[in-house]
Amino acid sequence: MLEIKCPYCGKRSQNEFSYGGDATIKRPQLGEEISTEDWDNFVYYRDNPRGKHSELWHHVSGCRQWFKVSRDTATHEIFDTCKMNEDFNV
Amino acid sequence: MSNSFRTTNSTGLINKDKKINFTFNGTIYHGYEGDTLASALIANGVHLVGRSFKYHRPRGFLGVGVEEPNAMVQLHDGNKSEPNIIATEVELVEGLKAKSQNCWPSVQFDIGEINNVLNRFFPAGFYYKTFMWPKSFWMKIYEPFIRKAAGMGKAPLLPDPDRYEHNYEHCDVLVVGSGPSGLASALAAAKNGARVILAEDKPNFGGSLLTDEVTIGNMSGKEWASDTISQLKSMPNVILKKRSQVFGYYDHNMTVMIERVSDHIENPSKYTPRQRLHYIRAGEVIVSTGSIERPISFGNNDRPGIVLASAAKEYMKVYETLVGKKPIIFTNNDTAYSTALEFIKNDIEPIIVDTRDSSNGELVKEVQQKGISIKFNSGIADTKGHLKINSAIIGKLDSSKESFILEETVECDCICMSGGWTPTVHLSSQAGNKLKFNDDIDAFVPDKKRQKETAIGAANGSFTLNQSLAEGFQVGFDLSNKFTDQNNPTNSPNSNEPSYEKHEKLWCMPLPSGKKPKRFIDFQNDVAVSDVELAIREGFRSIEHVKRYTTLGMAGDQGKTSNLNGLQYVSKIEKKIVPEVGHTTFRPPYTPVTIGAIVGREVGNHYLPTRKSPIHTWHEENNAVFVAAGLWQRPRYYPRGSEDMNTAVNREAANVRKNVGICDVTTLGKIDIKGPDAPEFLNRVYTNAWLKLPVGKARYGVMLREDGMVFDDGTTSRLSENHFHMTTTTAQAANVLSHLEYYLQVVWPDLDVNVLSTTEQWSGIAVAGPKSRDLLSKLFPDVDMSNEGLPFMGLVDSSIDGIKARIYRISFSGELAYEVNVESNYGLYMWKKIMEVGQSFDIQPYGTEALSTLRIEMGHVAGAELDGRTIPFDVGLNSMVSQKKDFIGKRSLSKDAFTESDRQTIVGLVPLDKKTKIPEGSHIIEDNSAVAPIPKLGHVSSSCWSVEYNNPFSIAIIKDGKNKIGKNLYAVSPLKDISIPVEVVSSHYVDPEGSRVRS
Repeated sequence: MLEIKCPYCGKRSQNEFSYGGDATIKRPQLGEEISTEDWDNFVYYRDNPRGKHSELWHHVSGCRQWFKVSRDTATHEIFDTCKMNEDFNV
Repeated sequence: MSNSFRTTNSTGLINKDKKINFTFNGTIYHGYEGDTLASALIANGVHLVGRSFKYHRPRGFLGVGVEEPNAMVQLHDGNKSEPNIIATEVELVEGLKAKSQNCWPSVQFDIGEINNVLNRFFPAGFYYKTFMWPKSFWMKIYEPFIRKAAGMGKAPLLPDPDRYEHNYEHCDVLVVGSGPSGLASALAAAKNGARVILAEDKPNFGGSLLTDEVTIGNMSGKEWASDTISQLKSMPNVILKKRSQVFGYYDHNMTVMIERVSDHIENPSKYTPRQRLHYIRAGEVIVSTGSIERPISFGNNDRPGIVLASAAKEYMKVYETLVGKKPIIFTNNDTAYSTALEFIKNDIEPIIVDTRDSSNGELVKEVQQKGISIKFNSGIADTKGHLKINSAIIGKLDSSKESFILEETVECDCICMSGGWTPTVHLSSQAGNKLKFNDDIDAFVPDKKRQKETAIGAANGSFTLNQSLAEGFQVGFDLSNKFTDQNNPTNSPNSNEPSYEKHEKLWCMPLPSGKKPKRFIDFQNDVAVSDVELAIREGFRSIEHVKRYTTLGMAGDQGKTSNLNGLQYVSKIEKKIVPEVGHTTFRPPYTPVTIGAIVGREVGNHYLPTRKSPIHTWHEENNAVFVAAGLWQRPRYYPRGSEDMNTAVNREAANVRKNVGICDVTTLGKIDIKGPDAPEFLNRVYTNAWLKLPVGKARYGVMLREDGMVFDDGTTSRLSENHFHMTTTTAQAANVLSHLEYYLQVVWPDLDVNVLSTTEQWSGIAVAGPKSRDLLSKLFPDVDMSNEGLPFMGLVDSSIDGIKARIYRISFSGELAYEVNVESNYGLYMWKKIMEVGQSFDIQPYGTEALSTLRIEMGHVAGAELDGRTIPFDVGLNSMVSQKKDFIGKRSLSKDAFTESDRQTIVGLVPLDKKTKIPEGSHIIEDNSAVAPIPKLGHVSSSCWSVEYNNPFSIAIIKDGKNKIGKNLYAVSPLKDISIPVEVVSSHYVDPEGSRVRS
């Protein structure tokens, strides 16, 4: 069980959080003309890197804030966590 | 022969003043306080405890602790019965009942032993080749037979009556194992101010210090251990846990430990748990788990009476018990000589067989000085004795040590063997440590760590006391310094121990001349040297494949005594060095864990939390039958007298259509939405338009996922300019809130909106049916309930008896209907009030079944239709999709596959005989006489008995549904062998114009 530092609450066990996927995905703008291919890339396609990965987590049994986690997908090492409007330090 | 195998000294840890009676295989024995089941049986001369897994060979004790592969027993009777318990780990308690397993009719005479004679039919991987033909025999004959023959203990069929608890702990330093290095590191870390937990599996702290003749400072090892423990006990920053096994090491230094709290207590108090599972999140973990002695493979090396030398010593020193009175010590190293000396102390002269040409170790010399001659350059070739060893064939090894030159038969009643020591690296390996092979000790030791874990002492391959203590004090201090600023190191005391000469790299004896006895490597899974040879001969090269083919190391003991001997043998045949062969991966749990302990208190009603509406007690008092809706308990129907479910449901639903019904809809998700951008936000979340919804009005909304599939639906109302009240389905309430938070916090943080779940703040009561207006007018005389005063999709605030109520005119049943919302605490009051006033309108409560009937008849969609595979078009909600604005998931709707005209869409089905109810999940096909595979048009999502037309009605989602209306098709359920001719009709079966809700 991972230990994740919520930027609002501090270190908590993984069972308080839910995983929210790749944090680098940007939703297309509303009303934007977009090709099917680009839209499919946004909806379905995700990289699956071995190693460092920026991802979203939701402190669902806590403060209910979404935030960013930089985690090694192979070792589970967490390099940094930050609020949505911040950037990782590491 | 009661306790005739006790020593005469009393330097151990048992209390001979306190007798404990126990039963083994129906015979009553006694042991003493401090005994294990194993030591008490051995003291009574009982070595035969069970039969082996595959060949049903007689087996006795090999070890003295967690390493024991053979001595598994079934404990207790009835609902307390527990299979596969290692006898060496069971503390004796008055009245304990144990019996052998995997034998019939008895452990002395076991029919299954015929497998031993037929062993050529059970080689490694036999199940892949022997029982293959005819194919049909596998399921009915071979598999059940093998299962029966190869069984272990029997799982009890009754519920476990014991109580188990979970506990969560945090500490700076967790020390696993209380041998010399563990004690040293715990003391150093604690003295430096760190919060320390010290865990010991056994009932006594001290590890090897309890059995080794050493001195530390001016004390014996045993005294130093007890002195250190009393120091630690007095420190407030230390938690000492004995009978506690850390069995799992997970990510981010989460370890799990099982504590045997009351297994050893005769009559534990009612609220004392049997076992406790501790989740320990440790800043640093010190793995001081010691080492396990290795056996040696030789002919028939599995007979009862053949034990590890260290186990024999511990039985003598701790349990004052002799494993035999005519011992042979068989070794490739010096440590077994301490066992020899212990026998000598008890006036027993052992025969010593040493594979080495010579040794000048201190212990060897001491033995020689006592006048004992040692058979160097020798080995044991074979043994005899069916249920207990009675003699051994000792051979002189030739110069290559590949065969015996002279063989002699020697009488004995036990063999104490030692093949050297294997560091217990399981926890480090579980933590992700990449092990390295240490050629000096011929074993793997921890190397590159992935987590905050440090192995010390024997677990780190440091086999001398001096080294273990030095590492312990140093590491304990260094690691604790990360958590404190006291900088207070503790010096390692001087210690004295005998010096040892090197072991010999020989773990498998040659076969005796002219014979091929089995030489076992893995006792628990019955894997012999010949099985490993066979696997390699058949082309298995990777150690992982050899392991799986032979099952070496795959038994419950996880190869604690067999892994390295297996590796060593593979490397010998393959002529590769061990690190090239590699090792298999260690996985938790290190020792078997009772399922009950893993489950803890999450049993019965505590398995999941239960959510009850504030009106729950009324439902109970009024005979409701409940159904689980997620965590919620909802009334399913309210049977009257001897009514069955169908009768009750039809009565409740019909009463809504005819008079008025009342339904508890508190479970619906409710979300409060506030902020200047709230209308814009709803406009993006829902498919339809929201900007112009007037204050005081509700609107039905559909929301999609980005992939275009319908996510949820519900009504949302505008309470004021910037304040909305959203309702969701019961099932998706939590997901919708997370979804809204995601878009507000991640995607559109510029929107000024707040969302908050108010599900538990509001109690909702649906009042539905043609008489609902009259009822509510009577209840709320101040409110104008007319179509003009409170039109469909309108809402109004009112109050009765000082209780504020919000009345929505919304309908799920398709009838004229209202939903009264009050603060949760007043839910029950309001419900009773409506019931009271409703009596004169023939009100009846209705449950979720009638609720479903009413919505299915109307063609209203619910979870069965919104199953994550349907877009709005599929479920008849296309009119809800705005063409003017963008919203979540809109772009997906214009993708090719989503615009095909013959998509599966919603229709209604009526059976042609107007009688047969169509099972939900049935397939819809066109031609009932076609041969498989028959093209499937779609499936039945919801079924009910239409109370309006008094015949069955179903909703289905079928290909090109709109154009199928009027056609006859078949609903088939192959599982139930049902085929029902049906007519396709509109899904809006009752009141398709929707006039009733507006009446």
